[in-house]
Amino acid sequence: MNNLLKSREALLALAILVLLAVIATRFPAFIEPRNLANVFNDTSPLIILAIGQMVVILTKCIDLSVAATLALCGMVAAMLNGAGVPLPLILLAAVVLGAVLGSVNGLLVWKVDIPPIVVTLGTMTIYRGIIFLISDGKWINAHQMTAGFKDLPRAELFGIHVMSWIALAVIAAAVVLLTRTPLGRSFYAVGGNPHAAVYTGINVGRTQFVAFVISGALAGLTGYLWVARYAVAYVDIAGGFELDVVAACVIGGIAIAGGAGTIAGAVLGALFLGVIKNALPVVGISPFWQLAISGSAIILAVAFNARQGRSRGRIILKSAEHRA
Amino acid sequence: MSILRKALTTAALATALIATGAHAETKRIALVVKALGIGFFEAANKGAEEAAKELGDVEIIYTGPTDTTAEGQIEVINSLIAQGVDAIAISANDPDAVAPALQKAMERGITVISWDSGVAKEGRQMHLNPSSSALIGNTIIKLAADHMTEKGDVAILSATSTSTNQNVWIEEATKVLPNYPNVNLVATVYGDDLADKSYREAQGLIQTYPNLKAIIAPTTVGILAASQAVTDAGKIGQINVTGLGLPSEMAGAVESGATISFAIWNPIDLGYAATMLAYNISNGAKAEPGAEIPMGRMGAAKLDDNNEAAMSDPFTYDKSNIEQFKSIF
Repeated sequence: MNNLLKSREALLALAILVLLAVIATRFPAFIEPRNLANVFNDTSPLIILAIGQMVVILTKCIDLSVAATLALCGMVAAMLNGAGVPLPLILLAAVVLGAVLGSVNGLLVWKVDIPPIVVTLGTMTIYRGIIFLISDGKWINAHQMTAGFKDLPRAELFGIHVMSWIALAVIAAAVVLLTRTPLGRSFYAVGGNPHAAVYTGINVGRTQFVAFVISGALAGLTGYLWVARYAVAYVDIAGGFELDVVAACVIGGIAIAGGAGTIAGAVLGALFLGVIKNALPVVGISPFWQLAISGSAIILAVAFNARQGRSRGRIILKSAEHRA
Repeated sequence: MSILRKALTTAALATALIATGAHAETKRIALVVKALGIGFFEAANKGAEEAAKELGDVEIIYTGPTDTTAEGQIEVINSLIAQGVDAIAISANDPDAVAPALQKAMERGITVISWDSGVAKEGRQMHLNPSSSALIGNTIIKLAADHMTEKGDVAILSATSTSTNQNVWIEEATKVLPNYPNVNLVATVYGDDLADKSYREAQGLIQTYPNLKAIIAPTTVGILAASQAVTDAGKIGQINVTGLGLPSEMAGAVESGATISFAIWNPIDLGYAATMLAYNISNGAKAEPGAEIPMGRMGAAKLDDNNEAAMSDPFTYDKSNIEQFKSIF
């Protein structure tokens, strides 16, 4: 029980429950199962991106280009749809393009040795610029997309939207990848102690490269989902969303210095932000306060995480702790 | 300095010179736009041509730079001065940068007016706004009220809480509320001109106000996101999304019925009115505060203290005309 309370994930889950309870006092309909499913669905893009970002952060890197990658892949998906390409191919193209864009980041970090924050800050602007070039600054609107293209994320399977199922599938795949495969463990190793990782035969640069490719591919997938859901594609879609993604990871207790964090944390961090974003419009708080409240929640969560991290310290050998 | 731009200027000059030879008596009015190849301005040119046809002795020179820069426009203005056109009607890329060139034009006896996007006061004789804040404020409420048979809740979904244009329009809208007893304005929310936030705010409105009859979004991102949210919530027919939008973007929403009608200035009318004004001022009408200058079928422009005038109410688009306009802008 004590251990459970000490874990960040449990505390974050508790914080979300408290948050839901507070919201329920002002707007009871918010916690109806139907609405909670909608909140999860609305948060799905953030969850998928946060998982990609988490993998990157684990390796001591950061990917600021996720939102731009999302927007570029979304625009390409919408344009392919306009050209009459069938949906499965569009999905494949979005994911592959995302992976390619991610690999550009990865290669620059791995082979050219530029700090990740600089690389992705640069590619972030470049990818947005490319959208402008290919779209000529024009919007692609609902009536220019086919019904099938727009309907996929909205379709329901066992009462839950397909977009939510996709998020759940990504979560499941990420859990398996990070906890059950050598590659997954090497992400932790590279971030936790790069030098030690090298001695165990892990190629640090290559691992970081793979992390960027995963993040890019997930951003590409989300790009399609985003454009189909909001039924519009233009240069600025998801502007500034990369900050939400990083915030979700930070709130979820993913160590910015790399090497520590769990999928549960990233998902809960995203859900925490998702609940706040969805609740603020219905609880009737002045819009002028909304931004301040979102911001304070982030700082509070991080401050809490930091304090917790300090008091706990790093116990390497659990068994030796009480013997000393 | 692009070769293309030079070539275009030369071409415009050459065309103009040939034209001068052909009809020595006609008034030559230059419609200078922010950049060539933009649907909105092509439509304005259509309106200008319509005015020219109506007036008979007018020739329109439709010109502008190839990209939206003030430098490009200055070059175009200089070449127009060299050609000795009778009037320049400009939608400026920068209110101040083009003013000196336009002053030079006025010194040579050329009539200069600005339309759509204005020029600083010293650089033009008058400015024609597509509409006025008061007219827009009234229109967006009227659009909602027109399709409400009984009293109901109405909410506004705006851009950011600091957007000057939207705030002024909303302020004007609240002033006319007493004239529309059916409209019960319950909330103003802000989608920050982000598709996802606007969508979420619209969802919030739908959940919070069960008696919601209309969402007014005086911003292009907001109106699209709100109509999508209403469509996804299955509330088409119950909640009417209206406000300001572009026909090319709103065609889908009008088709699905989420939006019955919406408004935006009509570029054809704007080009028509600007041409009429330039023609009349060039023919001796005085552009001074308080003056009323006729603009053909659009009525008369009444100048305020800054020599600015508002053309009309924003133009309403619905099922009947969306097909025609969606390809224009």
